[in-house]
Parts: sequence; structure tokens; C-alpha cells
Amino acid sequence: MKAGYDIVIIGGGPAGLAAAVAAYDSGVKDVLILEREARTGGILNQCIHNGFGLTRFKESMTGPEYAARFEREVKARGIEVLLETTVLSLNQQREVTAVSPEHGVFTVRAGAVILAMGCRERSRGALNIAGSRPAGIYSAGTAQKYVNIKGYLPGKEVVILGSGDIGLIMARRMTLEGAKVHAVCELMPYSGGLKRNIVQCLNDFNIPLYLSHTITKIEGKERVTGVVVSQVDENKQPIKGTEKHFNCDTVLFSVGLIPENELTKSANIPLSPRTRGAVVYQNRETEAQGIFACGNVLQVHDLVDFVSEEAEIAGRGAAQFVLKGAHPRESVSVENGRDISYVLPQKLDKNASGDTKLYFRVARPLKEIKFVLRCGEHVVLERKKRVAVPGEMETLLLKESQIKELSGNVTLEVVE
Amino acid sequence: MKHTLTCVECPMGCEIEVVTENGAAVSVTGNSCPRGKAYAENEVVCPKRVLTTTVRMTDGRMLPVKTNLPVKKAELLALMQTVNGLHPTAPVHIGDVLVKNISDGADLVAADNME
Repeated sequence: MKAGYDIVIIGGGPAGLAAAVAAYDSGVKDVLILEREARTGGILNQCIHNGFGLTRFKESMTGPEYAARFEREVKARGIEVLLETTVLSLNQQREVTAVSPEHGVFTVRAGAVILAMGCRERSRGALNIAGSRPAGIYSAGTAQKYVNIKGYLPGKEVVILGSGDIGLIMARRMTLEGAKVHAVCELMPYSGGLKRNIVQCLNDFNIPLYLSHTITKIEGKERVTGVVVSQVDENKQPIKGTEKHFNCDTVLFSVGLIPENELTKSANIPLSPRTRGAVVYQNRETEAQGIFACGNVLQVHDLVDFVSEEAEIAGRGAAQFVLKGAHPRESVSVENGRDISYVLPQKLDKNASGDTKLYFRVARPLKEIKFVLRCGEHVVLERKKRVAVPGEMETLLLKESQIKELSGNVTLEVVE
Repeated sequence: MKHTLTCVECPMGCEIEVVTENGAAVSVTGNSCPRGKAYAENEVVCPKRVLTTTVRMTDGRMLPVKTNLPVKKAELLALMQTVNGLHPTAPVHIGDVLVKNISDGADLVAADNME
């Protein structure tokens, strides 16, 4: 290992791998990937279900198969990977300090850094559910690791809170392995997961989905013995008299993902309160020069195909920075208008070349709408959409010429 | 008879309407692609899914496996019994056939590399 690299990538999951390949293919060969686990691939290794790669490769792969494609590309280019290496700190001078059993604590200097640390699950603690702390309560992703990597079934009688995709996938997975999933409860009046997962993970196995319901009590002292589920009103408050009781030994939480930005914060890189990831420009460069971010550490994606796409933007951006240095920016902000929960990138650099895809989410389920991007009174771009839901990311393509003509900040909004 | 389905072929999740006569699909609307049409036609006759699961290898590690074609949805739980009895030995590579024609002409194949 050397004291410095042109590009150091933090995280060897789908984002880190795709970013490395893109950076290399853009002309920067001196790339190092730092990965915390004993193998690359990140969360894909435990996502043994299929459906990955449909958008990008037009074929349906399992998580490990999707990861293997990129691992092969990384290997073919001879890109250096350090495994079992945890990054401890990062600063705006692009010095990365890490620790591993092989090298101890060490610091590498980077021409550019790409943040690709992914996200973590929101925990029970964030939800304030009454009850003691019995065994049998897991985040859906932890249960997924137990079943798919370790080969243990964490319980037999299951209730799942939250209808995010991991919860839906685990409902099917535990059913196939012999557990009984009694219910999936969702606080919102709609599911946060993909429609295909409602069909193939719940409906296929007759698992009931209770919308506008939440767990109001977890029973059991040593081990979970049951839960109380209540319907909630439009303010998400439990309605008295609607309580249902389920006997169960396991509760899974699938209640959202949070970008893992401890390192980003420690380097004082500004984050967006909406995405909980860094504020970035088109090339996925953060407000800290030469530090880029991509994948779930930047915004929580629905599909790994989009993670790869975004990582390639960051990889190319970082390579450009290493080869040509910084260029003066002329930037405008992208604001969240009516019914838009976030737009990424949050900043547009008018001096940057190339078209840009805006990624965004709506704040609630909507039908027969128009997405309108305006700059003051001027409509830059608009597109009709039949159905839009918060669980599915939307995109709009903004041409280079349209960006160059912007006279100020732009706002994306929904018009009904 | 009219059936309303949500397509599971890709993340778009199209709402598809299928009209059947004597158990066979006679019209499919609402799909955005040929895969959706094929899905809908099969779904009203004999729903099929790709099975993905894991098997424990002789060294204790878990190997992800899948059927390389969809198999009958009604058979998934029964197939799990067969699959859980398998214990392959490393090395195993993506695409290696573990069980030839496990059902409906589909093979059970490895979905990860284990050296």
C-alpha cells in the first residue's frame, strides 16, 4: 500500500465498485477501494432474491450475481482493494485514516475521494414503541443476514412493522424457510415498497398487509410473546378500540433507511436535511472540493441499477477532477416545490458540461399530474405522469443547453 | 372473465387487465412491454415464479441458489424441501447446475461464487 492514491473510494459495495470502474475507464488508473467487510459487494451479498439488473442489463439477477459482474470488472482492471478496512476519519484535505488487521492504523492521501458507504436501517429506538426489551426484535436487514448469510431462522411466528422492500422480501423469505408471517403493518395509508414486491412477497403467500396500522405494544420479557397492533388516524395517532393482538416470537422492523454519513459529518461536508446525504453538484461532487458521493450514502435508492448509474457519474467526476483540476463554478440551487420531497443534485453548475438527470421523489401518492421545473415564471421543463408514489424514484432529463440558460435558482413542483 | 394483475416482471409494476375465455387469455391491456403480456397470459393460467433461496455447503457457508427459469408458484414450498436437503462442496461458481430439471424444465443453479 502506498502513501497516496489518485482516487480513494470509501466502501466496496455496488456504488464503490461501479465508481472505481468508471474512474479507471476515464483515465485514472491509480484507484484504491477501502472495504469494511471481508468481501466486496456490500449489502448485495445478502440480497439473494432476484430482480437486480432489469433496468441496466435487461436481465434479472440475484444480488450476489449483480455484485459479481462489477467485482469481475474491478479485478480485470487490477484495481487495488483493501478488505476488512474501516475508515476512521476523513478531512477536507482528502486525508483518509483507516484501520485493518493487516496494516494497523494508517493514513492515505487522495487526489479525490469518493464516498460510497451506503446506508443503515432505522432502528426500533427511533420509533418509541412501548414494552420491555425482549429477544426476538430485529431490523429486517439483520434478519436477512441471519437467514441468508449465517443460515439461522431468527423466529417462527413473525409480525413485520413497515412495508419497505426489505420487510416485504423478508416476509417471503421467512415464509419459504418455514416461518409463519402473521402480518405486515404499515403506518402510512400506502406501502413504501415496490408494487411487484407486494404481489410476489405478500399476495403470493396470503400474508395480510395492514395499511394505516402500527405496533403499539410489544409483549414479552425474555422473548417476544406477542404484539398489539392498532389502526392510526390521519395524524398517525393510534385509534382507541381498534387494537388487534397477534401471538408471535419475532418482530421485524422495516421502517426506513438512513444514509451512513458519520464520516461526511466529521469532515464538515454540508448535508441535505431532506436526503440526509451530502449536497452535491451534477458530477456528484460535494461542497468539499475533490470529495464526491454516490449510491445510498447520498440518497437511498430503490434499485441498485440506479446506484451503479450514479456511481459512474461520481467516478467520472472524480477522474475529471484528478486529471484537469477544479474549474470555477457558477451555480444555482434546485428547490423542492409543492409535493416534492427532494431533488438531487441540489446544485447545478452552469459551467459543467453534459446533460443531467434530476432524481426526485414525490411527497405523497399522486395521479394524473405534471412535473414542472421552473426558473421564476419561466417553465424550463415539464412532463406528464399518470401515477407517482413516494416509494418510486422519478427522473427528469435536463439538457446542457437548458442548464446554461438558467438565470437563477430553479424549483421542481407537482401540478395537478 | 376479467382479471386485474400487477406485473412483477420489473419495478414499473404495470396494472394489467386480462380477459380470459375458457381459462385462456384472449386480450391483455395495460402492459408496457412484451414481457408484461407474457407474464399476464401465464399468470391467469398457471402462475410461475423464480425460486431464490440458500443451501448450506459442507463447509458450513450458505450458498445462494435459484431456479434458472420460473417454476409453478404452487410448488415453491414443496421445492424448498428438496433444496434444503442439498449440501454442495466448494468450489461452486455462478451458473453451476446443482439439480438438473428440478421442476418444469428449470434447473437449480448456484447464484454466487464460493471458492
